[in-house]
Amino acid sequence: MNLNVNGDEHEIACSTLAELMAALDYEGSWLATAVNGELVHAADRDGWRLRDHDRIEILSPMKGG
Amino acid sequence: MLHVYDTEISSRLLLGTAGYPAPAVLSDAVRASQTQIVTVSLRRETAGGRAGGAFFELIRELGTKILPNTAGCHTTKEAVLTAKMAREVFGTNWIKLEVIGNHDTLQPDVFALVEAARVLSNEGFEVFPYTTDDLVVAERLLEAGCRVLMPWCAPIGSAMGPQNLSALRSMRAHFPDVPLIVDAGIGRPSHAATVMELGFDAVLLNTAVAGAGNPAMMASGFAKAIEAGRQAFEAGMLEPRDMAVPSTPVIGKAVFS
Repeated sequence: MNLNVNGDEHEIACSTLAELMAALDYEGSWLATAVNGELVHAADRDGWRLRDHDRIEILSPMKGG
Repeated sequence: MLHVYDTEISSRLLLGTAGYPAPAVLSDAVRASQTQIVTVSLRRETAGGRAGGAFFELIRELGTKILPNTAGCHTTKEAVLTAKMAREVFGTNWIKLEVIGNHDTLQPDVFALVEAARVLSNEGFEVFPYTTDDLVVAERLLEAGCRVLMPWCAPIGSAMGPQNLSALRSMRAHFPDVPLIVDAGIGRPSHAATVMELGFDAVLLNTAVAGAGNPAMMASGFAKAIEAGRQAFEAGMLEPRDMAVPSTPVIGKAVFS
């Protein structure tokens, strides 16, 4: 499946958002996720099925003004 | 005491966390400022990265309230999604709403800002809108559900200080009961004191502190200036006049010739 994760293209075999994050070593309670411009709560990642060409954003706390 | 969204705040300085030369310098500056609110953002995490977690831990150890921003967003949709993601991470309904409309000045797109403020307020967010000093926009933001306004006094990071004092004075006069926080453009403690003397409720700083030679010392200086400006406002200041007025009594003055 071809997925765009934080702007980078990935060819990866996974079926859910949680599987994708594990495969790419994204780990931490401080992460926020969105798929195709919609928020996906942390509790919903296990059941969130990905589709070819989905766009995934994985964000993390950062300094800011 | 300053009240923002039913939260009582004793410090009238809000501090950004960006641009410090090292995490320890940031921590020292936050402590020296005695701020109770720091601003943070969300950015893409790298695969396998743990930097966000380390930063979050640093911020939590400071014990302040967290005000996440939507910096870098240029549309209502981007800002709303970023706000929702920030609530997921930081566990707060507070959001410093930025919707940028111009790349050079980082001036807010006030039309998208009002729209985003309405959407977020309806979804339970407590919105701190980064706006201009335009009174009509301010009215629209209040109608959209905002209970705090954060006008710029100059472009973000410019350090120019207040560029339109009459507009700021007018804003204070039009919205006497709305907490007004000057956000962006402050460069020096005297700038902060000036807007506080006008009756603004607080100042949000970042670059002026982070970019100083000694950020902690500058944070302390700003805290004193903000407090001094507030005290001056509450004490009631003299109006300037054109002619001199002797401060020493003239009655009883000796006549030598």
